Amino acid sequence: MFELLGISPYGLFGQLLIGLINGSFYALLSLGLAVIFGLLNIINFTHGAQYMMGAFAAWMLLNYLGIGYWWALLIAPLVVAVIGVIIERLLLARLYHLDHLYGLLLTFGVGLVITGLFRNYYGSAGLPYPTPGGLTGGSDLGFMFVPTYRVWVIGLSLVVCFGTWALVEKTKLGAYLRATTENPVLVGAFGINVPRLITLTYGFGVWLAALAGVLAAPMYSINPNMGIDLMIVVFAVVVIGGMGSILGSIVTGFGLGLIEGLTKVFYPEASSTVIFVVMAIVLLVRPAGLFGRSG
Amino acid sequence: MSSAAASRHPGSEVLLAVKDLHAWYGESHVLHGVEFEVRAGEVVTLLGRNGAGKTTTLKSIIGIAPQRRGSIRLMGRESVGLSSRQVARLGVGYVPEERGIFASLSVKENLELPPIVQTGGLTSGQIFELFPNLRSRLTSQGTKLSGGEQQMLAIARILRTGARLLLLDEPTEGLAPVIVEQIGRMVAQLKQAGFTIVLVEQNFRFARTFADRHYVMDQGRVVEMIPSSEIDTSMDKLHSYLSA
Repeated sequence: MFELLGISPYGLFGQLLIGLINGSFYALLSLGLAVIFGLLNIINFTHGAQYMMGAFAAWMLLNYLGIGYWWALLIAPLVVAVIGVIIERLLLARLYHLDHLYGLLLTFGVGLVITGLFRNYYGSAGLPYPTPGGLTGGSDLGFMFVPTYRVWVIGLSLVVCFGTWALVEKTKLGAYLRATTENPVLVGAFGINVPRLITLTYGFGVWLAALAGVLAAPMYSINPNMGIDLMIVVFAVVVIGGMGSILGSIVTGFGLGLIEGLTKVFYPEASSTVIFVVMAIVLLVRPAGLFGRSG
Repeated sequence: MSSAAASRHPGSEVLLAVKDLHAWYGESHVLHGVEFEVRAGEVVTLLGRNGAGKTTTLKSIIGIAPQRRGSIRLMGRESVGLSSRQVARLGVGYVPEERGIFASLSVKENLELPPIVQTGGLTSGQIFELFPNLRSRLTSQGTKLSGGEQQMLAIARILRTGARLLLLDEPTEGLAPVIVEQIGRMVAQLKQAGFTIVLVEQNFRFARTFADRHYVMDQGRVVEMIPSSEIDTSMDKLHSYLSA
């Protein structure tokens, strides 16, 4: 069959694997955007910079403090999330009574400042990060070669994505979150601390972005611009999935990663634009996105 | 006006005392010095035409009216400067006019959403005794319930929290007569159980069956206080205030 199509199984499954890897990052990042947008109604344009900060935090922990990957996986996202919480308390919280456009502009500006600062200190050349011990190498399955680290990334992304989904849809905290998304005034009138819920939600969204950054560190070169190109695609994923939809982000993230991978096999010329073509079609047919609520 | 209340509930403390309450929506000044008080264990209604300021008065008490000034003493504490979260924590339960059932939450999640603010709230068993319909619908989406059931759910969920003062904004609006009767019986039961209730209501014939007193509002003020026993002799006055 593969001979008929003129492609090798190594090529096809290799690209599908890359598609799943890209999909993992699309899903994690658009999930963070969805969680933040759902509650704050703000499109977090700092997201790409926070992803980059996650990768840099892992690099700094290793090179300045000698702390390796596994601890970095724990510490780096938390540190970046705390910085996110400070940004929310200090800056974003002052804008909630204004039009959402101000929040968008603020996060866009903060993202530019952070990216600029990192570029100033570390330049634009990529910094290397070693693949963690135990996850190096890979295995040849006969029809494809599977690098161990990539399997780990896909697996952890799936666990984190569905864990987030369960947190929002199945727990008491998630019920607070969903209710606040619908009617924050009434939830506050029940005696629930809505501002704290908003702060925690923003922190969690940032944590997801930074976690993706740490996962990316051993695979891609760490540089201040690493979030920018990725985020353009991720925003398209968010639009296709439907703004603020948790399940939409996960399914669309992985799905579009796979579509992109398949396009690379069958029509490589279109691989960098296929997501935007899908976005245009979805917007024409379902303006609220595939999983969007209003339509 | 408090003498009637005192004679009806002698010795009971004043749970809510509103004095010279003003409220604004942006430029528009909607409350112009509202004054009334409610004693522990009383059921009191706010009557009046649309736009008289009844809903805004409730929103000012719970703390979600955009701008307010004056004095609202709740359980002996000045609350006009508190946030709605702090007011709720004093033991106030609020049912908004639009009921506020959350579409993305199941009936059970809606029921359990408001946190316990004080001890002494109803148990699940007591709640299902009052609202038997809810028990079989726990896994349904909140907004899939009928209008009457949604109203029951909106009231049921604040009974769990231990709130002593309940603010109900037009609980019978748009409901069938048989449901209205059911809600009337339920309010009477809550009164028996010792809850203090402030009820915005258009239908005073309905409210008189269980309310102690009625405050009539007009153009952002309380203009009259009528005990339920004097409703019959005050009909002309009431009609002149309530007819459009």
